Amino acid sequence: MTTFLKIRDLWKSFGQFVALRDISLDVIEGEFLCFLGPSGCGKTTLLRAIAGLDIQTAGTIHQAGKDVSNLPPAERDFGIVFQSYALFPNLTISENISFGLENAGKNKAEVKKRVDELLQLIGLPEQRDKYPAQLSGGQQQRIALARAIATSPGLLLLDEPLSALDAKVRVHLRHEMTELQRKLKVTTVMVTHDQEEALSMADRIVVMNHGVIEQVGTPTEIYTDPVSLFVADFIGEMNQVPAEVTKEGEVRVGNRTLLCRTGDFAPGSKVIAALRPEDVIPHDKDVRLPGTPDVIETLQNTFDVVIKEMEFLGSFWRTSVSDEEAEGLDLTADFSINAVRRLSLAVGEKITVELPADRLKAFSETSGAEQ
Amino acid sequence: MSSVESIPGPKIRKKVGTDALIQRGFIVVIALYLIITLAFPLYAMLSKAFEVYNYDLSQFSVQASDEEGNFTTGPVTLLDLNAELGLLGDSDMAAKGDGRLSLTQFFPDFSFRSPVMYRVAGTDEKSVFLVGSERHVGTESVEVDSNTFRKVVVRPVKSRGMSNFTRYFSTPALFRSIGNSVFIATVSTIITVTLAFWFAYALSRSCMKYKGFFRLVAMAPILVPSLLPGIALVYLFGNQGILKGLLMGQSIYGPIGIVIGSVFFTFPHAMLIIGTALSISDARLYEAAVSLRASRWRTFWTVTIPGARYGLISAAFVVFNLVITDFGLPKVIGGQFNVLAVDIYKQVIGQQNFEMGAVVSVVLLLPALLAFAIDRQVQKKQVAGLTARSVVFEPKPDRKADTGWLFYCSLVAVFILGIIGICQMAALIKFWPYDMSLSLNNYAFDRMDGGGWAAYKNSIKLGLLTAFVGTVVVFLGAYMVEKTSDFTKGRSGFQMLAMMPMAIPGMVLGLAYIFFFNNPANPLNFIYGTMAILVVSTVTHFYTVSHLTAVTALKQMDTEFESVASSLKQPFYKLFARVTVPVCMPAILNISIYLFVNAMTTVSAVVFLYSTDTALASIAVLNMDDAGDIAPAAAMGMMIFYTNAAARLLHAVGSRAILKRSEAWRQR
Repeated sequence: MTTFLKIRDLWKSFGQFVALRDISLDVIEGEFLCFLGPSGCGKTTLLRAIAGLDIQTAGTIHQAGKDVSNLPPAERDFGIVFQSYALFPNLTISENISFGLENAGKNKAEVKKRVDELLQLIGLPEQRDKYPAQLSGGQQQRIALARAIATSPGLLLLDEPLSALDAKVRVHLRHEMTELQRKLKVTTVMVTHDQEEALSMADRIVVMNHGVIEQVGTPTEIYTDPVSLFVADFIGEMNQVPAEVTKEGEVRVGNRTLLCRTGDFAPGSKVIAALRPEDVIPHDKDVRLPGTPDVIETLQNTFDVVIKEMEFLGSFWRTSVSDEEAEGLDLTADFSINAVRRLSLAVGEKITVELPADRLKAFSETSGAEQ
Repeated sequence: MSSVESIPGPKIRKKVGTDALIQRGFIVVIALYLIITLAFPLYAMLSKAFEVYNYDLSQFSVQASDEEGNFTTGPVTLLDLNAELGLLGDSDMAAKGDGRLSLTQFFPDFSFRSPVMYRVAGTDEKSVFLVGSERHVGTESVEVDSNTFRKVVVRPVKSRGMSNFTRYFSTPALFRSIGNSVFIATVSTIITVTLAFWFAYALSRSCMKYKGFFRLVAMAPILVPSLLPGIALVYLFGNQGILKGLLMGQSIYGPIGIVIGSVFFTFPHAMLIIGTALSISDARLYEAAVSLRASRWRTFWTVTIPGARYGLISAAFVVFNLVITDFGLPKVIGGQFNVLAVDIYKQVIGQQNFEMGAVVSVVLLLPALLAFAIDRQVQKKQVAGLTARSVVFEPKPDRKADTGWLFYCSLVAVFILGIIGICQMAALIKFWPYDMSLSLNNYAFDRMDGGGWAAYKNSIKLGLLTAFVGTVVVFLGAYMVEKTSDFTKGRSGFQMLAMMPMAIPGMVLGLAYIFFFNNPANPLNFIYGTMAILVVSTVTHFYTVSHLTAVTALKQMDTEFESVASSLKQPFYKLFARVTVPVCMPAILNISIYLFVNAMTTVSAVVFLYSTDTALASIAVLNMDDAGDIAPAAAMGMMIFYTNAAARLLHAVGSRAILKRSEAWRQR
């Protein structure tokens, strides 16, 4: 694994406002990297700095071993797709794609061959003589992609390339783009605010907030092992309950003691214990019936709750449950349709739930990002 | 978020690429164009207004001999001599720039036949006096006989001060024009805006018939010089006018004529602005009003008027500005009623008093600048008030109301067409009112003063050159301001310069050009009196509207085109030629027709700048009218009208063809 893009101590300020704060990051050759974060987190600013469109205030960027820190875009090596696609409206599809191929030392036949090749690659060979306005949004997006990779750049930059499309097309194109990227093996950096997009497309995700990097990791790492409440909350849902560390591996919530990953927190620390809704496991009431004695005792973090509300969300039920014995232990739990049917769950029912000890994690009370 | 903090490490200094270098070059060149054609001349004019000339008597001494030619008394300074004899007062010391003071005045018993000899000398190294055309500098004395002494004169000394302004405000004949100008501008504004509002209202809110025709008629006044309605009014209400009786003894020469003519030539401007404001009204607001059972009257005051508010204010200031700065109309029909724009002309052309011309210019600049500044503020708000989700209002037929609107619009159309029609008749009738037979005699311009057919050809030439040069300069300038990413300070400075011409009255610009370009020390002096200076002044005069048209078109283009092109390593000029220009072609054509039409009709800036070789049709109208050849003046005015109408037609056909060709990619 070689580092293709090396970013060191990058700062960007607009007047008094600091948009990027001391960013250091390595992008590995051939990987698909996502910058993920809420709007205003600096992800687009970072992308534009890499492109040279808005050069950073301080810090360096090396691309393929070459210092490109202060170079204008034209002297760097990248292709870019914008949210708006920025297709030239008065040029045909093939003219759009060949725009960067002209006067690049290729003769007409070579240019035509390359355009044909690209149109084939994106699966739109019949559209070559149409104008962008005559194509659908998804087709336009693919043309923009073809134009960006026409010159075979070493780096592909995607600035929210899918957010102008409707949901169905978006899911379809996600898949297509990832496949294309794997085929071309071109190092790719994509900016998005859509966590699902990042999780499904990226090899690695860079979560950003307030101009700093919160966490870098594979989608599973980011999802299952977020380093901060911000990351945990931004990607997926998270139950957050105020708690106090009693000893290593154990917290108290209200009057209930729960096993928990407490990390470096010292006993006595005020923390937030967090758990994803889908990690709440519902158990059959039968576990308590005579004849199956003490099964409950073998399960940890298991207690009774009352179902307060249930909301049907298609593939699962979003359920609010409340522990009536331990005050302040109100949880959101996602129960599969199967479980709901099998356990015949309904509002007002009392059920037993388990909070798996290895899924419950303690975070500091303040959000991870420095304010 | 975070406040001030120091960023560690060395700051990155970006490398300036080839594209950026070329772009900077362009910005500098076009900014330089505006500085030379606008900022410098205005500065020259302002400093002229504060230039004061006075004779400094202490700089010279004289000595007179006795009858035998022996100098018995010592030299005395002119100051002492004057004080002793009490000859000239302080007011006699004020002079025009080219004033001369003869020294014989200080010798009441002077006779050029006497044998007395005179010695004249300066009192310091810089003193200058003239003996005939011979210049003497310094303290060395010159001895002359009586006959030569007649030719000894001193020149006034230049200094800076407010005394031109004091003189202006202590001369009632001059400062009364301020009130006059403000008065006619205010009255015209109220009438025009009211008429234009109801006209635009009928076009956008009723189902009246012949809307296209009315729209066309409303635009007609743009095609003629502002002095044409003046000529028509002379025919209608002048001393031999056919409708003179309607005035009930009042004279058309004066405020009445100026106001009627001003309403005519400002009507299309107000109609366009208010029409735009009304057309962006949201239909959903009207539906809400209906569902709340609001009366029509209430809906009008709570929905229509607030929606068009900014348009109305903007139109009012534009009209006010047009009227107060207009020169042609009050020149033709103003009679003894003095207004500022004509005062400038009278001071400069009539009295050759350039300093006073500059003072009046400064005075005229103030209300124009104020109106301009307020208008800019209002327009900013107008943009902010727009929403993208608005639903277009569709009027519903209402037979009674629609008939009413048709009647009203017909009245306005009769007024506009009547003015133009009268001019056409005047041009074709042999000798109004004595010989009403038709002839083309009045079109034989070569038999009149004013420049003849050559003037007409010059106007066409000026129109084409202005349209071409202006469109290129304006569009390139707008592109550089709008689409380049760095050099922020340079760009915002340029943007400010580009907005300035709108606030500068044409008369002021023309006079400023005299001061700047007619200065022999100016290396650009050679363009004075040529077609070039007319083109330059016209482009500059109409720069702002063209610039705004270009900027609006450019703003509608994707901001990332330039980024994409540079990522593909293509120079910006390739993108400019292959994408920007074709996409903006309709706007480019609009700019060029706007410049052409205005170059054909403008009088104000060029009236100071034309020479005998470069007389223009619009100037010819003015001069022929001045000379009493009113019918030929009307004929020449109509020539301008035909030409502009033909140009507009050509433009419409051309635009349609281009839109047709680009239909495939413009659909959206």
